[in-house]
Amino acid sequence: MNMELSRRQFLAATGAGVAGTALGAFGFGEIEAAHAEAIRAFKLVNTTETRNTCPYCSVACGIIMYSKGDLKKGEKAEIVHIEGDTDHPTNRGTLCPKGAALLDFVKAETRLKYPMVRKPGSDKFERISWNDALDRIARLMKDDRDGNFVQKNNDGVTVNRWTTTGFLAASATTNETAFATYKVVRSAGMLVFDNQARV
Amino acid sequence: MTNSWTDIRNTDLVVIMGGNAAEAHPCGFKWVTEAKANRGAKLIVVDPRFTRSASVADVYAPIRQGSDIAFLLGVMNYCIQNGKVQWDYVKAFTNAAFIVKDGFEYKDGLFTGYDETKRDYDKSSWDYVIGDDGYAVVDDTLTHPRCVWNMLKAHVSVYTPEMVERICGTPKEKFLKVAEMISECSTPTKTMTSMYALGWTQHSKGSQNIRSMAMLQLVLGNIGVRGGGMNALRGHSNIQGLTDVGLMSNLLPGYMTLPTEKEVDFDSYMATRGFKPLRPNQMSYWQNYRKFFVSFLKSMWGPAATPENHFAYDWLPKLDVPGYDVLRAFELMNQGKMTGYICQGFNPLLAAPNRTKLTASLSKLKFLVTMDPLDTETSRFWENHGEFNDVDPSQIQTEVYQLPSTCFAEDEGSLTNSGRWLQWHWPGGTAPGEAKTDNWIMAQIYTRLRDLYRKEGGAFPDPIVNLDWSYADPGEPTAEELAKELNGKALAPVMDPTDPTKVVVEAGKLVPSFAALRDDGSTTSGCWIYSGCFNENGNNMARRDTSDPDETGAYSKWAFSWPVNRRILYNRASADLNGKAWDPSRKLIEWDGQKWSGYDVPDIAPTAKPQDVGPFIMNAEGVSRLFVRGMMRDGPFPAHYEPFESPVTNLIAPKVRGNPAARVFKGDFAQFAEPASQEFPYAATSYRLTEHFHYWTKHVWVNAVLQPEFFVEISEELAKEKGIVKGGWVRVWSKRGSIKAKVVVTKRIKPLICDGKPVHVVGIPLHWGFTGAAKKGFGPNSLTPFVGDANIETPEYKAFLVNIEPIAGPVA
Repeated sequence: MNMELSRRQFLAATGAGVAGTALGAFGFGEIEAAHAEAIRAFKLVNTTETRNTCPYCSVACGIIMYSKGDLKKGEKAEIVHIEGDTDHPTNRGTLCPKGAALLDFVKAETRLKYPMVRKPGSDKFERISWNDALDRIARLMKDDRDGNFVQKNNDGVTVNRWTTTGFLAASATTNETAFATYKVVRSAGMLVFDNQARV
Repeated sequence: MTNSWTDIRNTDLVVIMGGNAAEAHPCGFKWVTEAKANRGAKLIVVDPRFTRSASVADVYAPIRQGSDIAFLLGVMNYCIQNGKVQWDYVKAFTNAAFIVKDGFEYKDGLFTGYDETKRDYDKSSWDYVIGDDGYAVVDDTLTHPRCVWNMLKAHVSVYTPEMVERICGTPKEKFLKVAEMISECSTPTKTMTSMYALGWTQHSKGSQNIRSMAMLQLVLGNIGVRGGGMNALRGHSNIQGLTDVGLMSNLLPGYMTLPTEKEVDFDSYMATRGFKPLRPNQMSYWQNYRKFFVSFLKSMWGPAATPENHFAYDWLPKLDVPGYDVLRAFELMNQGKMTGYICQGFNPLLAAPNRTKLTASLSKLKFLVTMDPLDTETSRFWENHGEFNDVDPSQIQTEVYQLPSTCFAEDEGSLTNSGRWLQWHWPGGTAPGEAKTDNWIMAQIYTRLRDLYRKEGGAFPDPIVNLDWSYADPGEPTAEELAKELNGKALAPVMDPTDPTKVVVEAGKLVPSFAALRDDGSTTSGCWIYSGCFNENGNNMARRDTSDPDETGAYSKWAFSWPVNRRILYNRASADLNGKAWDPSRKLIEWDGQKWSGYDVPDIAPTAKPQDVGPFIMNAEGVSRLFVRGMMRDGPFPAHYEPFESPVTNLIAPKVRGNPAARVFKGDFAQFAEPASQEFPYAATSYRLTEHFHYWTKHVWVNAVLQPEFFVEISEELAKEKGIVKGGWVRVWSKRGSIKAKVVVTKRIKPLICDGKPVHVVGIPLHWGFTGAAKKGFGPNSLTPFVGDANIETPEYKAFLVNIEPIAGPVA
């Protein structure tokens, strides 16, 4: 009979109450020890649980992320497991083939780690510091805005618009990021502004 | 969604048309299963493909993509002809009785006022007759020949079951079965829910597809009730939120609109937004527009927005065209009229139509900035990847910055799901390398730009240097700070309008809801419809109470639902004219003689008398609109139009090509295949697979293994006709591009017989590109036409023409 007993089932079957002595007496000691050795320790022991929602579709299933290390304590935290949140009213713990593989999204090899620049005509990306990248972006934006900002239209109406640089907003950033983005984009007078609602 | 995912359990009939919830929204689809198992609900699926949703349907009806309006108006015609109308609802809660102006008519596929050169309408006749009392004239007996009901009845009469079969390719008996099942939901005790997604939106008449079903739901009395509604499934986790907060060319937060250059000052802007009620006693809630607008301007510019400068009205940019959507952006780029483009978590090289045009356009930019957690194709548009991205980097002068951002697991804040629930999430992991939050990146760009303007001056710096950026750390606003800003606060004591001695909100406090907002500059609110999300009670979006009294599916204490935690929009319409539930077993709110109360936050003033005040409080009419006046560009009623690329000519109006009011840029029209083209004879469509999410999961090992390779799907009949073998290779091409793929020959797609002629469907999933863990591949956007919906410019991805031929596969 090809049957694998878990440690708990084994103990139950042999009478857990007297396991310590009875096992030895029955002569099972070595088997039990070897079996316990073969079982992987429960992987979520000593992990930190964090509630989140799936970033894919708009069902917004609840998920629980388990990490080694606790961000709230200022520690570095590595997410080691993600599963459905059984308390969540919509998904009740279930996840689809995409949501069930979220850990591999967090840890994808093609996650970006450093700011990069591709110079005109170049065939490669090169590392650049955040400071240099952001300074340059701000400069490019300002030069274009200063050159092409339209304060009044041909009828003399104040229009204060900038249409030569555009902004495409996302579909998965938070509402809070969305508002910060809105303020930055609109205060600059940008009209070429869209999100991913259509595609 | 008007309702929510968990409300679907209350329905009697689910219609999935224009979507495929079982595969694209699997964990939400469980509520369809619940309704079927626990209530005996039925499921109808109408789709060109026999999807996994169809596989568990009670009735599946095939339809040619792009013919949904003919089908839906056919169902409406069936209901009207057979008296399957919830009359009490239609008479009291819709504009059926309103009289339409003389002059308005529909003929040969066009409404009154069409200008072919402008591809636009003069909509002045698309309106009601207004009486001497200033109110719209109505005929409650519905006998006036020009009342909306009789106009509608005549308008849909052409869509007979025979005509539906000719246009849609849906066999008549299948159509009649569907129509009959839907029509049964006209009784007050039976309800139907509509679940749709991009299968309806991605058409040149996408808005009218949805409108057709919304009108049908009104005729059946299914809006505002438990288990009913119009339920947009929505594709991305926060696209509802991004739209609510107004991140679109012509929007302000909360569905207010940006001024056009015709609105030269604050007063002329407000003049068209007065929303005077069109019938006596109606709330016409947009009358509060000024309060929401001024509060928004105060959130933007704080102390610099004063009554003297009209709260900085002039600092908002003014539009000269209806909108600078993503299609117009690429058109301008292609014309060399743009310098820079910033893509935040958006991969347009795969997401926007006509990839050849996209690459040419991006190559004309001086600079491109991308912010993404993943290595996107857009950020590498200049890089040669053989046939998958055949460009010469030395010829592309665009300077590209690829900025690494955090992903959901490392970021904090709220996302709004399709049921309008704002749910807070917390970060659990450290971001890789130097990846930063979007808040940090936006703040860093902003503060640098602001500092440059402070130092150097330049073009009109006022709106930039005066932007209210008073965060504890201006270099990285926190999610909590921004959430409170969205909610809004009192800058001065807010007084009770009925008792000027009574303070409603003290200065400095967060407002409890948008009811406390004022138009005098004493309150702020970044997005009025989100007001209440984070008030003095705390962060309501983080609530996790799963209680659900009497199991209505409302879960009112879980997270926060906009507006004011209302779970079902228009819920006053769940009760009859006297305020009693149409269906006592599905009670939602009721009138007790003094006030409204029940399971949900009433969508009406709590003391508004049911006989006086209509349920559709956002409309000046107080009722819903079967006839939408001049509010849509392509007609006050939906009408059948073929896709711009169609395998057949328009049977209803043979001279009309595509949607006559859809915007087409010069040059793009020449790139459309002719109707019934010999050169491009097959009707193609795009879709998602259940194993993938857009262009993200090809970066994920598990999903890349589950569906590693790009393919196209065709019927056994087409395969036989073209000598294509199962698992072989094909070339598929349109007038704009060409792709290679493995082919899946399937029984899930069958040829449709439209007006006696077979139409073959080619299915093209959309998940592959040239970055990530999956094999390199193509996507439908290499083929699709550069044209969008007439009202909101959603690209026509779901219906276009291609040709197909077998080819030798790559050498292994």
